[in-house]
Amino acid sequence: MKTIRTLGLGLILAVFALFISLLFMGQYKLTNQAFEVFTTQKNIESPVFRDALKNSVFDQEFSTPFYLANSIAKAVESANETHKKNKEWSMVIWEKPHSLAYQMVKSSGTGFVVQNKIMLWFLTFGLAILGALLFMLPAIKLKGPPGIKNNHIFHSSATNRGWIAWFVFAFLISFYLVLYFRPSYMINWIYLVDPISESLSGNPASQWFLYGFLYCVIMLVMAVRMYIKYRHNKYQVLRTTSVLFFQIVFAFLIPEILVRFEKPWYDFKNAFPLDYDFFFRWNLNELLESGGFGLFILVWGVVLTLVIVPVMVYFFGKRWYCSWVCGCGGLAETLGDPYRQLSSKSLFSWKVERWLVHGVLVFALLMTGLTLYGYFSEAYEVFGIKVQSIQDLYGFLIGSIFAGVIGTGFYPIFGNRVWCRFGCPLAAYMGVIQRFKSRFRITTNGGQCISCGNCSTYCEQGIDVRAYAQKGENIVRASCVGCGICSAVCPRGVLKLENGPEEGRIGSSDVLLGNAMNLMDQLQDK
Amino acid sequence: MEHIAIIGNGISGITAARHIRKLSNKKITVISSETDYFFSRTALMYVYMGHMKFKHTQPYENWFWKKNEITLKKGYVEQIDTTKKTLLFSDGENLKFDKLILATGSKPNKFGWPGQDLKGVVSLYHKQDLEAVETYAPNNTVCKRAVIVGGGLIGIELAEMFHSRHIPVTFLVREDSYWSSILPSGESKMITNEIRKNGIDLRLESNLKQIKSDANGKVKSIVIAETGEEIDCNVVGLTAGVSPNIGFLEHSELETNRGILVDRNLETNIKGIYAIGDCAEQRIAVEGRRPIEAVWYTGRIMGETVAQTICKKETLYTPGHWFNSAKFFDIEYQTYGWVNSERHRKPNEAHFHWMHPDQTKCLTIAFDKTTQSFLGINTFGIRMRHEIFNRWLDQNKSIDFVLEHLENAHFDPEFNKTHYKEILGKFNAEHHKNLQLKKKNWSQIFSLKS
Repeated sequence: MKTIRTLGLGLILAVFALFISLLFMGQYKLTNQAFEVFTTQKNIESPVFRDALKNSVFDQEFSTPFYLANSIAKAVESANETHKKNKEWSMVIWEKPHSLAYQMVKSSGTGFVVQNKIMLWFLTFGLAILGALLFMLPAIKLKGPPGIKNNHIFHSSATNRGWIAWFVFAFLISFYLVLYFRPSYMINWIYLVDPISESLSGNPASQWFLYGFLYCVIMLVMAVRMYIKYRHNKYQVLRTTSVLFFQIVFAFLIPEILVRFEKPWYDFKNAFPLDYDFFFRWNLNELLESGGFGLFILVWGVVLTLVIVPVMVYFFGKRWYCSWVCGCGGLAETLGDPYRQLSSKSLFSWKVERWLVHGVLVFALLMTGLTLYGYFSEAYEVFGIKVQSIQDLYGFLIGSIFAGVIGTGFYPIFGNRVWCRFGCPLAAYMGVIQRFKSRFRITTNGGQCISCGNCSTYCEQGIDVRAYAQKGENIVRASCVGCGICSAVCPRGVLKLENGPEEGRIGSSDVLLGNAMNLMDQLQDK
Repeated sequence: MEHIAIIGNGISGITAARHIRKLSNKKITVISSETDYFFSRTALMYVYMGHMKFKHTQPYENWFWKKNEITLKKGYVEQIDTTKKTLLFSDGENLKFDKLILATGSKPNKFGWPGQDLKGVVSLYHKQDLEAVETYAPNNTVCKRAVIVGGGLIGIELAEMFHSRHIPVTFLVREDSYWSSILPSGESKMITNEIRKNGIDLRLESNLKQIKSDANGKVKSIVIAETGEEIDCNVVGLTAGVSPNIGFLEHSELETNRGILVDRNLETNIKGIYAIGDCAEQRIAVEGRRPIEAVWYTGRIMGETVAQTICKKETLYTPGHWFNSAKFFDIEYQTYGWVNSERHRKPNEAHFHWMHPDQTKCLTIAFDKTTQSFLGINTFGIRMRHEIFNRWLDQNKSIDFVLEHLENAHFDPEFNKTHYKEILGKFNAEHHKNLQLKKKNWSQIFSLKS
């Protein structure tokens, strides 16, 4: 069993090395002809742009995508500088430099990687999946019978902020930075999923397709780990299956298939304000131009946020979304599960959390307000603020840096719910409802708590669960995503997630159950 | 301002301090020689196993004490001058008090075994014990085998700890089955199997004769009394129960027996001096309970109670119905009311026992043979709702009522499979009855919530 595990680890490391070295492979050639076709398609008329590239890159062969991509991006910038100075507005290239560069590089790749997409897919994705399974499956035998097996989590470098954790941290941060800001650098990874993308939507893959595919694969593989680890706990098994289903079907397959039928790309479960660009001008226009179906999406999106979300939170708590449906939650509960113990439980963190997460919600609502005002008044500026720049700011700060780079990159350091706890505006919205108007609570079982602290340690949201349990008080907290792990790790059967009547939901008293001293006397004395 | 000194920063002492602070603005000093801050000793095993770090065992952040004006003092009290109301510390310092609460807890029992103080003999009670276990048994190369002596709750915890580091364990238990002085035989056998299933070398009806030393004063082996067998080992865990930690009171005027003798209001023979938690011994035991109770929650209740007495009015220690819980490797255990082992069973106490075919879950309900009233329940692998059983015991419900309403008491995570139909079926067959399982009813569950 141990040999299989080692074999799996070896395979993962080998694939990782290959995956990284892939970045530096291939041949890239931007021909004059291809350039013409591309610029015509895009209505790019700038001669400055062409001239900047003509001598340095046209018809030359490059063995990595980096130089070519940077040259194109630089050419866009310098061309725009010239045109803006000369007020030649029609010549200005409005597309973001690195986004344009990515598209041009994507179509100029030739050679080994482009010719061996399928084989390389099996050598990377295929073998990585195999390696991960070989690494994880022996746990069924090695870790003993079903039950909580958290042995050595704080002895391991990977799960206790050791060097492995810092390495994973650096890798994840770099991955997100490249994904958001330099997609052309990972062009060879994107080639690998072209065949899958083409079979789904009919289009070659974009960096977002790669990300979506990778996301699904990682969740699927890490869900297997969850199934093994929590096989004695039905709640965990079911909710893992649920997030997996919603990610693969709703976030990945349906949107791609919609595109195949020339409908707008839409993830039906992604609720505003997490889906922060739902009310952006381009999205509204696209939906309105897509006829009845687009209109349906528009109505669905509004009903989802205003009716379905609050009603479901009332009946089941925000867990129905965060731990059963959401994609961010899905990744946190699969890939992120090994890191849940790293979230900070200090009172200070709780204060930071409340300011930040509600701050983001306010930011999202203000931005959307401005957007809609601008949309209906057909103005690009509202109160002297450019709507576009506010949207760009939100997209950059919250959409990319917070949700992606920090949200996932910090898994190995600050735990797996950094985004959900500190940043997600939808979580903030649902949290307010959960705190004040919901049937959900985590019930504390009378006087059974022994203050051991397993619940607090393994709360990914940094809730000091024990502080409530040892007082005999139920846990009713805005941030609780109802993952159910506190209840799972409790050695004394103290905690139960449940939906019940609102009356007596918190259930606190001065003295815990088990002490039969006359409380009426104490009350009268007060 | 009245000065309340509390010796001991465990659950009893800290609960007393917190409640005195809630009820008054008295000056409070909590003294400990063990640690700077309160921690949960029930969680020590998880630190060794790597589930937690030591800081996770501390229920309050370090700023909490200053903010609540509870002074923490690290020091060892050597003597109490009860007439001058002064504590004398080992470093020569002294501290005056107006009222004193003794909450010094327990110490592990040692029964005079030869070699019991050798290097490598450990226990699991104090923080220092954890450090010793970490030193002598860091892995299975340094510690090739560990022997545990004494088959109680701490013994099995220690076994689980060594097991987590793949250290082979031999477990000596005096009884013919694990914890059979407390558990009915069906349950005791199930846990005995669970211990063996985890690869522990469990030796029943075995007592320790002596611990042998190597040339450096370290544990080398042990000898079993019954068979004379010698077992090589590097660590010996002594877990044959605990007794009150009151050695430092030997020459004081405080009346002691096994523990510090207290009245029902937790006051000792000297006015203004109280004893709570593991170190206190009731002069007359509370009905159905032992005079000394070394249980987490009774320590807490005594802390709550003594705070009332000191700040408001005299309050008697009144624990409600007995309850407790534990975990044996992967099997959780809960108990509400009294279910006695064969050895301690009352003449009118009858048992209904159900076991899941895979032997990881079982339940025993004790009831009165003549009146049919419900006396208590033990569950293994099934979580139950404390509040419901407390209420059913208050209301003196019948066993029939309890069985029919088990869904209301169910506390397992949502979607977990329940077995109440099978349980009821077995009872019906054994007792020629036709009880029907009632559906879970929220208004019944919360009906008495005030």
